[in-house]
Amino acid sequence: MRLMAIALLLICVTQGMPAHAAPPAKAAKDPLQSARWEDMRQLLFKRQRVVFDERVKVVAPLTAENALNVPIRVDASALPGVRKVVVFADNNPITEILRFYPGLSQPNLGFRAKLQQSTPVRAAAQTADGVWHLGGVWVATAGGGCTAASFGSASLEWQRRLNEVSGRLWSREPEAGAAANQQRLRLRIIHPMDTGLADGIPAFFIEELKLTDAHGQLLMRIESLEPVSENPVFTLDIPAGHEGGRVEVSGRDNNGNLIKSWIEP
Amino acid sequence: MNRLSLWMLRLILLAVLATTATAADFDYALKPRQIAEGTWVLLGRNEDFTFTNGGNIVNTAFVVTGAGVLVIDTGPSRLYGEQLRRAIAAITDESIVKALNTHHHPDHFLGNQAFPAQLISALPPAIRGIATEGRGFTDNLYRLSGDAMKGTEVVVPSQPIEPGEFSIGGHRFEAFSLDGHTASDLVIYDHTTGVLFAGDLVFNGRTPTTPHARIGRWLASLDRLDALAPRIVVPGHGEISELVGSNIGAISQTRNYLHWLESTLLRAAQRGLDMTEVMTLPLPPEVRGLAVIEPEFRRSVGHLYPAAEQDALAHPHQH
Ligand SMILES: [Zn+2]
Repeated sequence: MRLMAIALLLICVTQGMPAHAAPPAKAAKDPLQSARWEDMRQLLFKRQRVVFDERVKVVAPLTAENALNVPIRVDASALPGVRKVVVFADNNPITEILRFYPGLSQPNLGFRAKLQQSTPVRAAAQTADGVWHLGGVWVATAGGGCTAASFGSASLEWQRRLNEVSGRLWSREPEAGAAANQQRLRLRIIHPMDTGLADGIPAFFIEELKLTDAHGQLLMRIESLEPVSENPVFTLDIPAGHEGGRVEVSGRDNNGNLIKSWIEP
Repeated sequence: MNRLSLWMLRLILLAVLATTATAADFDYALKPRQIAEGTWVLLGRNEDFTFTNGGNIVNTAFVVTGAGVLVIDTGPSRLYGEQLRRAIAAITDESIVKALNTHHHPDHFLGNQAFPAQLISALPPAIRGIATEGRGFTDNLYRLSGDAMKGTEVVVPSQPIEPGEFSIGGHRFEAFSLDGHTASDLVIYDHTTGVLFAGDLVFNGRTPTTPHARIGRWLASLDRLDALAPRIVVPGHGEISELVGSNIGAISQTRNYLHWLESTLLRAAQRGLDMTEVMTLPLPPEVRGLAVIEPEFRRSVGHLYPAAEQDALAHPHQH
């Protein structure tokens, strides 16, 4: 069996069979070598400057067992002056997963997403000069995450608790490289986040979430889209030295239901 | 066509033929090992599902009672089930009187096809689990174990088993309906030999799996198993384990791992870690020795961290 595999491999290498051939020149720039990259560029960054940049990190498991809840963490804090981040998955039926606009918070965000099949998961961070800086990873999954109905849509529990927010602020020990405590904010919102791709269940998802400090200054604005997992959980960091008091949480879903809550320090 | 291409063509042809031949008779090389009077186990490898092991990562067992054979779990595929039957027939002329599935995980019931449907038995919730989730599990194993799965289909157990004692031939068995690894875990204790067939409530040397686990319930079930003070425990995965003093190594190891897993996730949630950060936590020496710890721990974070983090987030405020 092993010998056979080696023999086949040899054939592939010597003959340069299509599966192993170098990708066409245009796609060669994409470090993830996705067949969909040119489509993504047209769809999301038409006529805008895009560079692949290792300072934009996407952390996700190489293999995600549960396609309904794939943990993803985007960190663009090594890149100065980030004003907007778009997270997307090339092979998802709904490619854009979410967008976020860091205010006073760090340009990083943890969350979970639904993936329909194995796909590159990418983050594009736009700097003040308009350039998009791209990072990403491949995530392998058996899939089906997008065409499954939410659990919430099958129960009445969520109707009572819809848009309920729970959350917590932590003062964190200074970590290696950081001079002083930064704050970690985590919050969870009850929402079915239905994609509209499951039979007979219309799209129903949180569209916008605004996090501000007690002085009304924006910490982060998040535009979450259909692929964000049911009952979303967000993780973000607020830089050291910011004394903002309690965090106000506001937002709405695509049906106009409002989110209004706060998180005490 | 030049000589090189001809040579290539021949090699490809050979390779194709080799693949077909291998697929037709994936050989699990099952070797039953006798561990007590009339009692045999077939130990799987402490690995993940791969094309090489054909899904043989699970333990199965059978008891030759004098009045027929009791089979405990049927393995991960039709081929495994058929080879298990041949392995039994090589040891005894007695016919099979009952084949049990300890729970609804695929490596424990996908060999059912090789056994008469009317002899296959499980606890009622496990029967429902196999009926509703069996197909999805099978598709998943096709993806992970490849050719060895050829021709495998779900056979739902037809005979619900009740907890309590039953005798076959010279053996007095007792069935226990427990839970924690899944919502319904069947354990069989053979009072005659002191052998406990623990299913996946006990792992030995391999990291326990948690896709349907409730750790508190699982720990309570382990206490029940300890209280039986069995002479030998046959775990669902890993080497058998014997009673030494008042300790059964595999039960203690499973309990210690579950305690570690639960407290690690709770602590991480209390510190405010994101799920991706929990998945990359350094693993302490006491668990690093377990087979497949890294992928299995990451999977467990996916299964169990959402509940842990909910507890850590403060109660909701609403304007
Ligand atoms: Zn199991």
